[in-house]
Amino acid sequence: MSTPVADRKQRQPTKRRRSVKRNLTAYGFLCGALICFAFFSWYPMVWEVILSFQQTNFVDPPVWVGLENFRTVFNDPAFAPAWINTALFTLLALLCGYAIPFVIALVLNELRHARAYLRFIVYLPVMLPPAVGVLLFQWFYDPDYGLFNQILGFFSLPGLQWLNSTSTALISLVIVSTWMNLGSGTLIYLAALQTIPSELYEAAELDGAGLFKRIRHVTIPQTKLILLVMLMLQIVATMQVFIEPYLLTGGGPEDATISVVYLMYQYAFNFGNLNAGNALGLMLMIVLMTFSAIYLRLSRDNTV
Amino acid sequence: MSNITITPGRPAGTPPAPAGKDHRRRAPRRPRKTMNTQFRTVVSPHQLNTTRGRIIYWIVLVVVVVSFTAAFVFPLYWMITGAMKSAEELNAIPPTFLPEHISFDGYLEAWDLLGLGTLLGNTALYAGGAWLLTLAIDVTAAYALSKLRPIFGKVILALMLATLMIPPMVIMLPAYLTVKDLPIFGWNLLNTPWAIWLPAAANGFNIFLLKRFFDSIPRELLEAAEIDGASPGRTLWSVVMPISRPILGVVSILTVVNVWRDFVWPLLVLPDSEKMSISIGIASLSSQMPQNVLIASLVIASIPTMVVFFIFQRSIMAGLTAGSLKG
Repeated sequence: MSTPVADRKQRQPTKRRRSVKRNLTAYGFLCGALICFAFFSWYPMVWEVILSFQQTNFVDPPVWVGLENFRTVFNDPAFAPAWINTALFTLLALLCGYAIPFVIALVLNELRHARAYLRFIVYLPVMLPPAVGVLLFQWFYDPDYGLFNQILGFFSLPGLQWLNSTSTALISLVIVSTWMNLGSGTLIYLAALQTIPSELYEAAELDGAGLFKRIRHVTIPQTKLILLVMLMLQIVATMQVFIEPYLLTGGGPEDATISVVYLMYQYAFNFGNLNAGNALGLMLMIVLMTFSAIYLRLSRDNTV
Repeated sequence: MSNITITPGRPAGTPPAPAGKDHRRRAPRRPRKTMNTQFRTVVSPHQLNTTRGRIIYWIVLVVVVVSFTAAFVFPLYWMITGAMKSAEELNAIPPTFLPEHISFDGYLEAWDLLGLGTLLGNTALYAGGAWLLTLAIDVTAAYALSKLRPIFGKVILALMLATLMIPPMVIMLPAYLTVKDLPIFGWNLLNTPWAIWLPAAANGFNIFLLKRFFDSIPRELLEAAEIDGASPGRTLWSVVMPISRPILGVVSILTVVNVWRDFVWPLLVLPDSEKMSISIGIASLSSQMPQNVLIASLVIASIPTMVVFFIFQRSIMAGLTAGSLKG
């Protein structure tokens, strides 16, 4: 490796010097970003793995304990509910937060009036700070005088317990989450729908394809990649659910809404076992990275 | 004011002004307007322009407008007016659609009791600082990677983009520890703005957006500046930055809005109630507040991002679409 470089150095001394200078300038420009990334992205990533296999109290030197931390979280009675809830939440949030925006985008794309207004209001909740959205829904969910039960009462339907019942708590979280995040998906699909060449629809129509056949055989294949990309993105985003259980239910009732990230937070800040929290985080990281990798792969194929 | 005569300046598509001098002829004739079919979509223009198509179209339109307004605007209306109601009226069954007597006491109380001034000030400080630092760090980095092309530049970019694969939540514990006791320096950044600013600047997505934009700037432009004797820093400031305004706008808005909306990270690194951001402040005090005061504080907390959205909605939506189609 060293000989060709030395060779070139002898042959083209000025070019080499200029390139050294240019590299130094470039690294001068890069150093801020490199420091930030090193401290706040790369180092924590590596440390996450290391901490998972250690026992530390940040006073004594850390002790390697192998899989002990993983055993601790695995034997936690909340471990299985946390994963099941996270998976359920992701699944339900996908059913709502994935299909609904696509349907909305399809409909909005057909409308010739009030488009700007509709696009605007669909995106409105996305701009609300999530804490505000969640606390707002906490008020709506109140079983006695909350808006939702009042509306149900207006139609003479019985009120629900919403967050206070094991059967409805998780779905209540899904509703908030969907309401808050629907807008971004809708706008992305809308942008994708507008790139579909109209000749395809015309051709399909000439072939006698009805409305739903046109959607099935033109719209969906044409937006397939963006649909797949969004699927991965949504899975990764919704599996990190934290703020909803943290603010609305505290994981209850009876662990009905405890999520993996919330359990991880509890380990670190309530149970004082940071390493076990890390072990849990590492498990989630591996799961999410799988989806992220698929996502990156897909989005690269999409544009290149 | 002679522009009345300049006909070519008229936007395309508007019908020419009535040529005849007889003004009475203008009113009654209105041809049946066909639907705008500039973009052909799933529904064909012919179907849309039949009587049946029109009826269905208008029914769908009305249903969509009404239901979307109910779903997305009504909760906000309920929040804003709820804060104007008295505590008793809030719990009334059936609820009142309009507050009986509008009172802003809820808002005033929220401002005083929760110390919203301090919380908003803190959040503005975090968002503003993060904005400046992000621009300074990410723009220079993207410029170096795009135009100066150092050795290992591709590796560095790949490593930065790889961080997009790691969801922030799963590394929050080690990141928290890092902030608590910064390696090498040994500084404790908890409860300081740096705990928000520095991690915000380590944003692979911003660097990616900026780099992609810089890549599209023609080389000749920069070479011309170089021949004129401009240093790379000077070129960045005087040539690249001015023509990159659109993307700088997108990155700025995304950064400010993200810091303003963030919850988990400030929750971890700003435990001191004097240093809290607005979201954390409201959440941590929510249980002790009367309902109407809490709702008023929710309204106040959402005003800044809403204002940003009203002003910059075009850029925000552009940034969103850019985000989805990255690759």
